Amino acid sequence: MPWSLLYENLEQTVAVILFGIGFSILLLQRNLIRKIIGLNIMDTAVYLFLASMGYISGRKAPIVVDGVTEVTAYINPIPAGLVLTGIVVSVSFTAIMLALTVRLYRRYHTLDIDEIAMLARGEDA
Amino acid sequence: MSRRRSDWEQRPQARIRKWYKEGFLALDEEIIDHLTQEPRHTHLQEELIEAQQQAESSRQHDRALALERLDQHNMLIWARTRGRKAISRFHVVLALALGLLMIIFLLDTVAYMPRFGDPNAPGANEVSRRYIEQGLTETGATNIVAGMILDYRAFDTLGEATVLFIAASAVLILLRIDRNKDGSPVQELIAAESDDQHYEPRNDRILQGSAMVLSPIIFLYGIYIILNGHLSPGGGFSGGAIISAGLILYLDAFGFEKAGRFFTYKTFMWVSFFALSFYALAKAYSFYCGANGIPSGIPLGTPGAILSGGLIMPLNIAVGMVVACTMYIFYALFRKGGL
Repeated sequence: MPWSLLYENLEQTVAVILFGIGFSILLLQRNLIRKIIGLNIMDTAVYLFLASMGYISGRKAPIVVDGVTEVTAYINPIPAGLVLTGIVVSVSFTAIMLALTVRLYRRYHTLDIDEIAMLARGEDA
Repeated sequence: MSRRRSDWEQRPQARIRKWYKEGFLALDEEIIDHLTQEPRHTHLQEELIEAQQQAESSRQHDRALALERLDQHNMLIWARTRGRKAISRFHVVLALALGLLMIIFLLDTVAYMPRFGDPNAPGANEVSRRYIEQGLTETGATNIVAGMILDYRAFDTLGEATVLFIAASAVLILLRIDRNKDGSPVQELIAAESDDQHYEPRNDRILQGSAMVLSPIIFLYGIYIILNGHLSPGGGFSGGAIISAGLILYLDAFGFEKAGRFFTYKTFMWVSFFALSFYALAKAYSFYCGANGIPSGIPLGTPGAILSGGLIMPLNIAVGMVVACTMYIFYALFRKGGL
């Protein structure tokens, strides 16, 4: 396995490790707010990964200056658009999940997912 | 053992021995005893033994049952205290192992990815080449990313704005506290108001003074970013977020009453509605013209001028309005459950 390549792809390596950290937080924490934070860390990792994929060394951001429209002058503009989409979707689902958490807290007075599940089961029985 | 001994006592040798040892009297007593005793009924004895055995077995059964119950009780207590801990520890170990495994697999993938900053990476293919080479002449926007997301991929951006609007509606449904039908506040609303009065600053002079200076500047900056979206980094999403920050600052400083003078549910509804429908109709027109080869009649202008880029600037304004309203309503709903 060419592990030495990891050093050359340092940004992507960091993104992948961040993704794993967010995933572990999602699995480990019982607190709903912390779970949402873990999900947001995963999002951030994806943005970092996409942005690093679009970069080409020695080139500038894709804003045309002085009418130069050669490919060799600018970096890849597509990942920027994808990151924009990702940010918007992440904001939306974070807001919805936080709203649901507020409702759950108002009903059960706890943020612990296990306790909420237990209380909900008690209500059904 | 006992039966054998009684047999032994019945035998002649034993009787002789008894007579020899203890004399006649003892033997006589025994003979009298033997004669006065009831004749032995073997079947009665068997019944007795059976009953005893039954009692013994039922006692054993009871004891086993009690032991089992005790075991169950102990297991229940274990499950509630130590067992839960053990299971949660097991979960922690499993989660960490899963996370590590995921990181290792993804790192293995990263090792085979194109190198960072590689000009020959497969991502930089003919699509991005086309965007960069033809973007300026086809969309009229110097910011190629803006031209990409609001012209080539405008459908995707309409979806994004709609996602934001739907999220705002969902949060509205989840968190809005309604008044009663006669207009009197419900219990929840009174509680939320008192919470808000308790935790939020009231008539803070420092905050009000800085908000008075900063809010207009922030609004101007947001508008500048939206209007220059096709010329420089920025656009509807970032500019809208900045405008909503200014609105939130104003709300924090001056309270819901003053903010309610220019921003209500109706404002949110109409601004979102008009922005989204303008976006949809404008892009429908431009897609229709483009697909059928009809000249759309939208001037692209000279690249670099503020009035250039065709539909990109109006679309940026629409997106910015949706984003600003959505962010502001998120804040208001999470803070007090209403505007």
